[in-house]
Amino acid sequence: MSAVQVAEIETTQNTRTFRHVLNVIVRDPLSLVSTIVLVLFILIAIFAYQVAPSPEEGAGKTNVSNTMLAPSVEHLFGTDRLGRDMLSRVIMGARPALIIPIGVVAFAILLGAPLGAIAGYKGGWIDEVIMRITDLFLAFPSLLLAMAIVMALGRGLQSAAVALVISWWPWYTRLVRGVTISLRQRYFVEAAQAIGVSDWVIILRHILPNTISPILVQATVDMGTVILAMGGLAFLGLGTQPPNPDWGLMVSDGRTYILNQWWIATFPGMAIFIVVLAFNMLGDTLRDIFDPRQYR
Amino acid sequence: MYSVVNFQTMRKLEFALRRLLSSIFVLIGVSIIAFFLARVVPSNAAALYIGPKARPEDIARVEKQLGLDKPLPVQYAIYMRELLHGDLGISIGSKRPVLQELTGRLPATLELLATAMIFAILLGVPLGVLSARAQGKWPDMFVRTASIVGVSMPAFYLGLLLQILFFRNLDLFPLAGRVSNDLRFTNPVEQITNFILLDSFLTGNWVAFKDAALHLVLPSLTLAAYPIGLIARMTRAAMLEVLEQDYIRTARAYGIRDQVVTYLYALKNAISPTLTVIGLTVAFALTGTFYVEVIFNWPGLGLFTVRSLLNLDYPAIMGITLFGATGYVLINLIVDVLQAWIDPRVSLR
Repeated sequence: MSAVQVAEIETTQNTRTFRHVLNVIVRDPLSLVSTIVLVLFILIAIFAYQVAPSPEEGAGKTNVSNTMLAPSVEHLFGTDRLGRDMLSRVIMGARPALIIPIGVVAFAILLGAPLGAIAGYKGGWIDEVIMRITDLFLAFPSLLLAMAIVMALGRGLQSAAVALVISWWPWYTRLVRGVTISLRQRYFVEAAQAIGVSDWVIILRHILPNTISPILVQATVDMGTVILAMGGLAFLGLGTQPPNPDWGLMVSDGRTYILNQWWIATFPGMAIFIVVLAFNMLGDTLRDIFDPRQYR
Repeated sequence: MYSVVNFQTMRKLEFALRRLLSSIFVLIGVSIIAFFLARVVPSNAAALYIGPKARPEDIARVEKQLGLDKPLPVQYAIYMRELLHGDLGISIGSKRPVLQELTGRLPATLELLATAMIFAILLGVPLGVLSARAQGKWPDMFVRTASIVGVSMPAFYLGLLLQILFFRNLDLFPLAGRVSNDLRFTNPVEQITNFILLDSFLTGNWVAFKDAALHLVLPSLTLAAYPIGLIARMTRAAMLEVLEQDYIRTARAYGIRDQVVTYLYALKNAISPTLTVIGLTVAFALTGTFYVEVIFNWPGLGLFTVRSLLNLDYPAIMGITLFGATGYVLINLIVDVLQAWIDPRVSLR
């Protein structure tokens, strides 16, 4: 195969990914619906103060004259034990429950991906050291590690987010290392090496940009798990602290009243389920297009 | 022929030994991480060890006791010495040794976990096979939808929904707990192994057996939802790969019955990737017990963990972390070795 042919294949592969992904999503009804649902939820989270019927109650202000009202026209999702409008609480709760996990995954990638690229490109003892460290972190069940970290840092949303970043980055290190090893033998990397480009520039300019697609696929697949973990930490009282709104915390609040005031736990729980389902369905489609696990 | 068998067994033993060694290294690393989380990261580890009501003189005493005034490597050595003697410290909440607290609660959690995994395998594997055989048709669609719903459902939410449906609306299963409260007086279970099902079975206490079994259904179903989804999915994928291979077509061409081909010839080769997933889901279900035990007031390790977390019971949490990580590493080790035994190709990697 001539160098020109190789270059052609490589460019078509690169342009293929983004347009191809978009095409598949638009054609597959389930992925399309999932994408729309996710965009909607993210917009609601961003504009929570504008969308919520009662932003103050959503943020935690109590209203003791309205406690435990069943869903009605004024309060679509009912009210909780402190009289707060549950619809507003669910809308405001999207911020810690949905936006923070997106941040967690982003930071895990920022931490994990460069380490993976270094390990895969340099090889040798550097690779060995980095990979043994990831082995250690992956030896813990991730939720248990996160709990122990929260314990060391003190309870709260911030600690929970930091804890999840610390327990998630090794997955991206492994993924990017695999991709890097397969990229290292490609002609464009060899060409860069031949004209004397330094290792750091090769990693930054030539390797990392080519790992973005598999990283994005893996990130979509992981989002559901991270949202569940974040909601779980809040449910157990380790994440967001009251009176701040958070889906997991609201499910925990409503648990006491589940047999009579079913709506308090039902709507926030439903919100977690829908968002996780949408991420998982989208992740499935993306994974079918190209499987990031093939590099592991 | 004889030498080939010997060679293969050697390979497998060597693989098992290699995995065992690397597991030991990982466990040493795990202890270092736990040590850092317990003694180095917190700004006042001694105060945390005593609990919220620490007085300055207590803090000074515990600092000496924990050796916090000594250099880090020495501190780690002391910590490891205690660990190897099974000393995980004293629980702040109960004032009893942490190890004793953990081993006392282990049977309740294992009972729950084992029942959930039995549900998961008995439902997940056949569903995956069914789905693969009907690829593209409605049973396949149904199984795929159910499995993605299963892995997307938060355990702490599913548990509540099951309580509403099966306790409040249908009154089929009890709300929470391991046995009914009045059972302690009417049909007390003799404690032999602390596995209530096993104990009541051994002593022929059928009233208690039935009661305990009914109490197990909802929590273990909640815990099984994720594993069912994952196992069904992996079995489906593995079956699809195997079903299109030549030897399956040959078997079909010979006129061997479809059931025999599917369950004997194909499933045998599809079971190896499924086994990995089962190992993985055991670990996942282990963390699921935190939620499930809280929701169903199940007196096991998960409930103890959450209580300890909320009471800032530091020694207990560190004990649980080490305990959990060790269990996780062991499960992975067992699965890897088991897989190498079933599929000789694994040990050649």
